[in-house]
Amino acid sequence: MINALYGALESGLIYAIMALGVYLTFRILDFPDLTVDGSFVTGGAVASILMVNGTSPFLATLAGGGAGFIAGCITGVLHTKGKINPLLAGILMMIALWSINLRIMGRPNIPLLNESTLFTQGKEFWQSMPVDQWLMAPFNWLGITAFAPSTFFVIISVGVLVILFKKLLDWFLHTEAGLALRATGDNARMVKSLSANTNQHIIIGLGISNAFVAISGALIVQYNGFADVGLGIGMIIVGLASVIIGEGLFGKSSIARTTLAVVLGAIAYRLILSVALQLEFVSASDLKLITALIVTGALVVPTWWKQWRDKQERVKKQKELTKTLEQERGKDVAAASTD
Amino acid sequence: MLQLQQIEKVFYEGTPDEKTAINGLSLTLEEGDFVTVIGSNGAGKSTLLNIISGVLFPDQGLIAVDDKNVTFLPEHKRSNWIGRVFQDPMAGTAPNMSIEENLALALGRVERRGLRKGVSSKRKKQFKEWLSSFNVKLEDRLNTRVGLLSGGERQALSLLMATFTEPRILLLDEHTAALDPARAEHITNITNDVVSKHNLTTLMVTHDMEQALSMGNRLIMMDDGEIIFHANKEEKDQLTVEDLMNEFQKAKGKTMANDKALLK
Ligand SMILES: Nc1ncnc2c1ncn2[C@@H]1O[C@H](COP(=O)(O)OP(=O)(O)O)[C@@H](O)[C@H]1O
Ligand SMILES: [Mg+2]
Repeated sequence: MINALYGALESGLIYAIMALGVYLTFRILDFPDLTVDGSFVTGGAVASILMVNGTSPFLATLAGGGAGFIAGCITGVLHTKGKINPLLAGILMMIALWSINLRIMGRPNIPLLNESTLFTQGKEFWQSMPVDQWLMAPFNWLGITAFAPSTFFVIISVGVLVILFKKLLDWFLHTEAGLALRATGDNARMVKSLSANTNQHIIIGLGISNAFVAISGALIVQYNGFADVGLGIGMIIVGLASVIIGEGLFGKSSIARTTLAVVLGAIAYRLILSVALQLEFVSASDLKLITALIVTGALVVPTWWKQWRDKQERVKKQKELTKTLEQERGKDVAAASTD
Repeated sequence: MLQLQQIEKVFYEGTPDEKTAINGLSLTLEEGDFVTVIGSNGAGKSTLLNIISGVLFPDQGLIAVDDKNVTFLPEHKRSNWIGRVFQDPMAGTAPNMSIEENLALALGRVERRGLRKGVSSKRKKQFKEWLSSFNVKLEDRLNTRVGLLSGGERQALSLLMATFTEPRILLLDEHTAALDPARAEHITNITNDVVSKHNLTTLMVTHDMEQALSMGNRLIMMDDGEIIFHANKEEKDQLTVEDLMNEFQKAKGKTMANDKALLK
């Protein structure tokens, strides 16, 4: 159980980079981009084929991100120049990428267990330092060694990487170019009247978003130790779930706050999922159903909660009013009429 | 300075809904002209401004600015020398961004947008100064989300965003129409101030005939996509609302029963 939770934390951190990408399109550009399901795999595919052929894992991961950038830009061109509706443009790109990913990989599955990856390389370096011992010390001291992870390597290293990506996005969204990008999603008509090329912004924004997604995919295949062409199915939903859960739980008062919320949302989503999978009657094949349920819950619960609260408020006010009415004009007048 | 020649714009051409919005319209503005535009609903006033700003391209005709043909220049390339304020207070600002971010965006009209910080401390100081000159008490609320501002405050901000880069042409489309009378008057005053301060060449659409007469140095009346009446400075000074009604009736040769309501 403890191991499963730490596993969820680790993969949650990796998926957080993807979720930041989805946040950029879904919230900032107001463009529900389904390319994600394909570009996530593209990142993994490009990175693994390069690593298998001897490229350094670092460059392979970057190249994966680059491929995602291009895929996103193409979706952007389909929408802006081809005038295709955003959802359809994303779906077109998504199914095109399925075939392209197979072409890149050459086969549906590439094992990476014997390859040198960012994680195997990093781990060697990590083990040359006594950081794990230090971090383990408080657990030992408290006598809860059983609750400690076997290593802090992935959590710390990916954690730092995620913070880097988050900060990068925060910074970018406050630059002049970033402001124009945000305004494109906020009020496109106005932005055009302020000399900004909205088409260009949409294309670049989709590119950056899918670069994030693809880098996340490149990291996941290295973390899992294999690349699979079906890895991206439902990825957009996972991204949306992270954004929605994150915003709901941790707030969205500013850009920096929201990106943090999205990262935490991605982790929360993984944790919920892993807890659900621990249940006796749940099998691994129920994963997608659980995902759908979590997202539906995240969408519906806040709305219902608000409705319920509004209603309580109304009922309370009504009661007070009827009470005064009753005192003034008697029971018969005050009784609520039904048809 | 601005020259429109034989502009024509037809919507839904070749269908039963075909509508000639602009019908062979020609108009020339000199440097510093402030032209007020009146006309009933559907006369083509907004379409005219959309054609000047490049939101729409004309089917026929030519637009020249400073002796350069800009008829088919895309909107985002024109807008560095065109400032606009729309009727809808929602239209001219980004609601989920702060006041300072909106102003920084507007600054991007004349400066290439790069990877520099959008709201630098130097710009902040400048924004404060500009806002105080507008007398709308927004200078201490730079961080406020624009979506939280009132309609009047938003229009004032839009007007500032449209003018502080000193555009060659300022286009105002009923920009006080959605406001209550007091706010509308305030925006009208700011408009007069800022136009004369920068000596902006301005085209202002209004449905308020009093306003059309009191502001600017020229007046045009539009109907059915054409200019049906034109007054220069001297003529305009003599005009009354009554005269405008008569002119409209004369040009149209039909009763004003309906249009009176529309023209107010
Ligand atoms: N984008 C558009 N598509 C179709 N018809 C339009 C469009 N814009 C304006 N029109 C039509 O053109 C005519 C002129 O509209 P408009 O310029 O908005 O008038 P005004 O601003 O003077 O009230 C109207 O009949 C209107 O319905
Ligand atoms: Mg109009």
